[in-house]
Amino acid sequence: MMDLIPDLSQPAGWLPLAFAGVMALSMLAYVILDGYDLGVGVLLRHADDGEQKDTMIASIGPFWDANETWLVLGVGVLLVAFPMAHGVILGYLYLPVALMLVALTLRGVAFDFRVKAQASHKHLWDRAFQLGSALAGWSQGYMLGALITGFQDGIGNRLFCALIGLCLLAAYRLLGASWLIMKTDGRLQRKAVGWAWSSLWLTALGIAAISIVTPWVSSRIFDKWFAFPNLVLLLPIPLVTVALFVLIARSLRRLPTRLEQGNEYGVAVPFAGTIGIMLLAFYGLAYSLFPWLVIDRITLWQAASSPQALMVIFYGVVLVLPVIIAYTVFAYRVFWGKSTALAY
Amino acid sequence: MDTWDPFVLARIQFAANITFHILFPTISISLGWALLFFKTRFVATGREHWMQAYQFWVKIFALTFALGVVSGITMSFQFGTNWPGFMNTVGNVAGPLLAYEVLTAFFLEATMLGIMLFGRGRVSERVHTLATLLVALGTTASAFWILALNSWMHTPAGFEMIDGKAHVTSWMQVIFNPSFPYRLTHMLIASGLTVSFLLAGISAYRWLRHDRGAEVLATLKVGVYAAALLIPVQIVVGDLHGLNTLEHQPAKLAAMEGIWHTQKGAPAVLFGLPDERTQSNRYELAIPKLASFYLTHDWNGEIKGISEFGGQHPPVAPVFWAFRIMVGTGLLMLVVSWSNAWRMRKGREMTPWLARVLVAMTFSGWLALVSGWYVTEIGRQPWLVYGVLTAAQAASDVPAANIALTLSLYLVLYVTLLLAYVRVVFYLARKPDLAKQPLHHAPAGLQGSTTQQGAAG
Repeated sequence: MMDLIPDLSQPAGWLPLAFAGVMALSMLAYVILDGYDLGVGVLLRHADDGEQKDTMIASIGPFWDANETWLVLGVGVLLVAFPMAHGVILGYLYLPVALMLVALTLRGVAFDFRVKAQASHKHLWDRAFQLGSALAGWSQGYMLGALITGFQDGIGNRLFCALIGLCLLAAYRLLGASWLIMKTDGRLQRKAVGWAWSSLWLTALGIAAISIVTPWVSSRIFDKWFAFPNLVLLLPIPLVTVALFVLIARSLRRLPTRLEQGNEYGVAVPFAGTIGIMLLAFYGLAYSLFPWLVIDRITLWQAASSPQALMVIFYGVVLVLPVIIAYTVFAYRVFWGKSTALAY
Repeated sequence: MDTWDPFVLARIQFAANITFHILFPTISISLGWALLFFKTRFVATGREHWMQAYQFWVKIFALTFALGVVSGITMSFQFGTNWPGFMNTVGNVAGPLLAYEVLTAFFLEATMLGIMLFGRGRVSERVHTLATLLVALGTTASAFWILALNSWMHTPAGFEMIDGKAHVTSWMQVIFNPSFPYRLTHMLIASGLTVSFLLAGISAYRWLRHDRGAEVLATLKVGVYAAALLIPVQIVVGDLHGLNTLEHQPAKLAAMEGIWHTQKGAPAVLFGLPDERTQSNRYELAIPKLASFYLTHDWNGEIKGISEFGGQHPPVAPVFWAFRIMVGTGLLMLVVSWSNAWRMRKGREMTPWLARVLVAMTFSGWLALVSGWYVTEIGRQPWLVYGVLTAAQAASDVPAANIALTLSLYLVLYVTLLLAYVRVVFYLARKPDLAKQPLHHAPAGLQGSTTQQGAAG
């Protein structure tokens, strides 16, 4: 593998690596942040009434737009820093990408239309909201499946991608439900515990499926995981993942009685635990794929733009990204705590 | 299926997306500043109607912004999916410009929008005003970067070609390329005019429905006076932009003017049907020598004709017509805004007739803007980056069937959303007490607004 990595002391070596890091972290931020938005959108159809729907959407209202911007940054970095891989990847993903874009459009505009259009149209926009959230989550999972299997054709691969689509949707549902456990109260909060519980198993299946399939796609990935001593050093990843699943399951079992008594202790555990699982899954995936953008075909250095152009963007990233993170934290603090009815 | 040319389909798809997208930022750029104006007037004077104006228009702003965001995401993907050759050839120029747009504009406006919409009461009045300012700054910064890139595609500068790829030699020259100052100014004023007519049109619509509170009269006045002030400036800037085009893209200018053959003392063609086959205009109606005069400031100045450029010229008829639609709409804007401003002088009452004209012109800014963009973008053909890369060279090899499928999907979606948008804007204007009562994303307010609808309808 060492022959694939150029001299990292040179800009042509470390700049593409830095941008691969920025891209991966943007995508991770997107999956976690818009993940809970999409999860809440999917759960909308289980709400008892319009009031619950409004509360659910109010809990994500101030955040979704900025959350979605991480996707623009991630794809933007792919486009500007790795133009060669961008063409190959988005060419292969042409249809799922189009589906996702239409779905994200529906979801995004439904936020506004549902409260501004005639009251008689509200349920239609709620449908658009649910459908958009579900299709966006599924198509993103499909793309994740394609990334793992190296963008190869074949019915088996496509079916695998479709399965991962469902599993990512379940993970988003888990995130969304855990978000609602933190941000709401009363009946809705207790219902959200049940939603989280029912999403847990498909999420686990997805992570298991990815973990099992990834090493078999490429012998290189297999060796990275199963050669000694890597195996021992990497063992904490699956072990901690399992432990987090157990922790979430235990918390979800105890929460209903506690909430019944008005005790909010541990309401953030499922959300934090789910983020932990996603971080570990992300780390495992990054470890498997590195240094490939397209497995066994294109490394991140082969796909990179000129170091001069990357350097110009690098200054921008170093200067601006901390500011973005700072005001994002500020926005989350402004809307900290239980979500209240949103009015403007 | 193989009779469909994937190149043509990809162009239609991209044109559809960018046309749909541009409608919304055009409004949000200037409406953001209008909201800041309403908010600061309220803070300065303490008069409640400015806050009511803010509360009414912020709803339209939020809806517009959402449509701009989602259609913009589609754009960011389609640069790559439809035109991979673009990034492969000029990625070193376009990449950083796009990256700076995301970093300095998108996150700022998206994050601050949450505080601007929902944060009042959670943050101090000062922070809320600051968030409003930052949203307006974000939308304008976004326009700055994307127009720098677009202008560079028309008048590329500050780069050298090495092994078929553009490498930047001067970022100052890339950003402040020859057409950028003109295009940015022309576009920002176009945005201002679009919002002025939107403010005036919707306020006139409310006025006609006897919703004549201080808030409606104030926004009507802001709209009419802003339009009356901006339109003459726009005509001058547009003229300067045209002279810039004459210098850098003479083929586009020849198509705009419908001048087929190089001549001294060229006429200004008012009407005609451009015919590529005979290289002439049928049924031409023209004023002799006028084009030479306003383009070269000499009655006998020489203007290059389309035939001068061999095959390397844009399709004439769409550029010719789009230009006339833009100029025609602009002149109509001049007449309408000035007659309204005259009528409303010294606080006089509006007349129903003039109000109806304003209502009809609510979205006239869109017409002028889109036709203006067609002039400049179709006028650049066959080039994608003028003199560097043709659109055909940048095309992808996605199968025609896939493009056709997604194109029809997008078209259905866009037409639906556009109709829904216009309907909802007028619907919001019909709910008379809306401005006084905040719009809730939760049931209490919604019941309020449904009963209001019942009362109004």
